[in-house]
Amino acid sequence: MATDDRTPAAAGGWSETEDLPGLRSELLEINMGPQHPATHGVLRLLVKTDGEIVYEVKPYIGYLHRCAEKIAEGCDYKQWTVYTDRFDYLAPMNCNFAYVTAVERFLDFPVPERAQYIRVVCAELQRIASHLIALGTFGLDMGAWTPLLYCFREREEILNLFERLCGGRMLYNYMCVGGVRFDLPEKWREDVLEFVRWFEKNKIDDYNTLLSYNKIFIERTADVGVISVEDAHAYGCTGPVLRGSGIQWDCRRNDPYAVYSHFEFDIPYGTGEVGTPGDCWDRYMVRVREMAESCKIIRQALRGLPEGPILADEIKRVLRVPAGSCYTRTESAKGELGHFIIADGGTKPFRNKVRSPSYCNLSVIEKIGRGLMVSDLVATVGSLDIVLGEIDR
Amino acid sequence: MVIVTDVYQKILGAGASPQVLLVLGGLTMALVMALVMAACAIVFTWMERKVAGFMQSRYGPMRVGHWHGVAQPVADMLKILQKEDIIPAEADKFFFRVAPLIIFLGSLLAWAAIPFAPGFVAADLDLGLFYIFAVSGLAVIGILMAGWASNNKWALYGAARGAAQIVSYEIPIALAAIPVVMYTGSLNMNDIVHAQQGGVAGWFLLRNPFLFLAFLIYFICSIAEVNRTPFDLPETESELVAGYHTEYTGMRFAFFFLAEYANLFLVSCIATAVFLGGWQNPVPGVNVAPGLVFVVKATVLVFLQMWMRWTLPRLRVDQLMYVCWKVMIPLSLVCVVGAGIWMMVLGQLAH
Repeated sequence: MATDDRTPAAAGGWSETEDLPGLRSELLEINMGPQHPATHGVLRLLVKTDGEIVYEVKPYIGYLHRCAEKIAEGCDYKQWTVYTDRFDYLAPMNCNFAYVTAVERFLDFPVPERAQYIRVVCAELQRIASHLIALGTFGLDMGAWTPLLYCFREREEILNLFERLCGGRMLYNYMCVGGVRFDLPEKWREDVLEFVRWFEKNKIDDYNTLLSYNKIFIERTADVGVISVEDAHAYGCTGPVLRGSGIQWDCRRNDPYAVYSHFEFDIPYGTGEVGTPGDCWDRYMVRVREMAESCKIIRQALRGLPEGPILADEIKRVLRVPAGSCYTRTESAKGELGHFIIADGGTKPFRNKVRSPSYCNLSVIEKIGRGLMVSDLVATVGSLDIVLGEIDR
Repeated sequence: MVIVTDVYQKILGAGASPQVLLVLGGLTMALVMALVMAACAIVFTWMERKVAGFMQSRYGPMRVGHWHGVAQPVADMLKILQKEDIIPAEADKFFFRVAPLIIFLGSLLAWAAIPFAPGFVAADLDLGLFYIFAVSGLAVIGILMAGWASNNKWALYGAARGAAQIVSYEIPIALAAIPVVMYTGSLNMNDIVHAQQGGVAGWFLLRNPFLFLAFLIYFICSIAEVNRTPFDLPETESELVAGYHTEYTGMRFAFFFLAEYANLFLVSCIATAVFLGGWQNPVPGVNVAPGLVFVVKATVLVFLQMWMRWTLPRLRVDQLMYVCWKVMIPLSLVCVVGAGIWMMVLGQLAH
C-alpha cells in the first residue's frame, strides 16, 4: 500500500484545492496514547493522518522507564532476578528464565535436571498465559469483547497454579540462579496435566470458532499490516511476529537452552492461510498454535520429570563472575529475550544490556504503519503484542 | 392519543374546546414517551449487562437491589447526576450544550408515531413511517455538533464516521420498508399493523421471500443506525476512545446514553410494527394484552442485537461503507422490485 503520492495532502503536508482557492487541507496530527485504550500500556503513537489513512506513525516510548539496567549495575548477580519480573509483566516467568539462564551460561553453572524441567513447565505455562492476553486484547482491538473474558478465565487457571507453586500471581521471582525456589506442591503435577488436557481439548477450538475464523475478524486482519521477510529481518523482529512472516525461527529449537532439546514440538509459522504471509491474522494464528505446542512441551516435561534437588548446592555463596562478556538469548512469549552481560570480575555486573523482543517488534510499526487505515493501525499494534514494561524496562 | 383526549374530555366536560384537548393530550403523550424512553434506558442497560455477563461467563451486576442487581441502573443514574459537568475550555460551548438535546430530541420525536397498542399512539400520522425515518435522521446533526463542538480530534473522527454511517444506512432502511408500504398502500403505522392480522402467517415477515429479505436488511441496517457492534464505528472504544461523546461527562453524557438505548428499542419497535405484526397476537384467538405482545416482540429483537454485540468483532470503516452501498442498497432494491413483481403476479397489490 504505497501512499506517498496518494493524496494532495500527503505530497507536501498541505495543499490548496484548485476549485476552492483559499481552502487548504492538511494532515491531522493526532496523539494515540499515552493514555489510549488501543495502545496496550503507556505507549504514545504520534500519528499523522489524512482522513482515515495513516500517513506517518512514530512511536514514542519511555513512559514506563524504571532504570532496570542501571539498577543491575548496583545489585549482585542473584539479587537482580527480582527486577526481571517487572520487564514483561504478562510473562515474568520467561523473564526470570532468560536472566538466570544468562548468568548460568556465563558461569557454566551446573543446574539440577529437575529444576530445569520445572523451569520449562513454568515458562511454557506462562507462554500460554501471555498468548491468552495477546489473543484477548487483539480481539478487543477488533471490537470483540467476549473472547477477552474467556481468555482471562483460562489465564486465571494458570495463575492459580502459579500461586500454589510460589505464592505470586503476577511477580513470581520463582527462578533463581542455580535452580528454582520451591519444589512442586502436592498434586500440582497432576493438576497441570489436567489443565493442559482440558485446555487443549476444549479451549483452543473455542477461540477458533468464536474469533479466528469469524468472517469479520478475517476481513479485519487478513492482508493488513503485512511484514515482509526482509522487513522482519531488517528490524530484528522475533517471536510470533517473525514466525508470522513465515520464518521458522525459534530459539528453543535453533539455539536450545535449558532442556528444550529433550522435547518434541513444532514451530508454527505464518503461511498466509487467509491472506498474505506476515499479515495480522498470521501473527495471531501463530500464537494460537503455539499454545497447543506449549501444551505438548508441558506434557512431555511433566511426564519425564526427574527426581532430585531443585537448587544447586554451590549456590549459597555470593556469585563472582570472571571478567568478560556473554550474550544469551531465550525465547520468551514475545520473542527473543537476551541478556548481554559484561562482567569486570566483581560481584556486580559492569553492564547488563537487555535485548527485549517487544522493543524491536514495535520498531517495525513505523515502516508498515504508513498507508494503513486508523483501524488497521490499531489492529497492527495489537498483533505485535507489545508490553511496555519490557520496551522501557 | 385518542384514549388520552377522551380522558381529558371526561374530566373537563363536554364544553372543552378541541384545541385545548389536543394540546393537553399532546403534552401528556410527550411526557409518557419521555418516561418510556427513560424506562427503556433503565431496563435495557440492566438487561445488556446481564446478557453480556452471562455470555462472558460472569454474573454482571449482582449487588444493588437484592435480586440480580435490578437497581443497578438507578444507582448509576444517581451517580451520574452527581458528576461534575465539564465543558472543555476550547469547546464551542453553545453547540456542546445543545448536541445531546438534539440527539435525544430525534429519538423522542420518532417515538410519537410508534403504535404500542390499538389507539395507543401519540401521533396517528398518515405519514407515520416516513416521519419516523425523517426525524430519526436528526441524530446525525447532534452527532456532528457534539464531535465538532468538543474540539477533540477523536470526537471529530467519531462524528465524521457517525454522520457518514447513519446517512448511508438510512437509505437501505427506508428501501427495506417500501415493500411493506406497497402491501398496505399506507404509511400510517396503525394501518400497517392492522394489515397483519391472522397470527404469525399474517406477519409481513412471512408473506413472501422478498419481505423476509427486507426484514433481514432492515434488521442489519438498524444495528448500524444505532451504532452498535459490529457497526459501532462512531464510538469504537479501542480506536476512538469514545468517539463523538469523548468529552462529555455527567448528565450530558447520560443523554447520549439514554438516546442510545432508546434508539435500540425504537428500531426494534419499528421492526416489530412493520414486519412482525406489531401488537397483533402471534396465535389468533388467544387473548393477551396487545401492549404486552408488542413489547415482548420488540424485546426479543433487542436481545438479538445484544447477542450480536457480544459475539462479533467490528467492521472497518471502509468495509462498513462497502456493506451499505454495494450489498445492502442493491439488495434492498432487489427486494422492492421482487416484492412488486411477486405481488403483481399474485394480485396482492394495494389499491
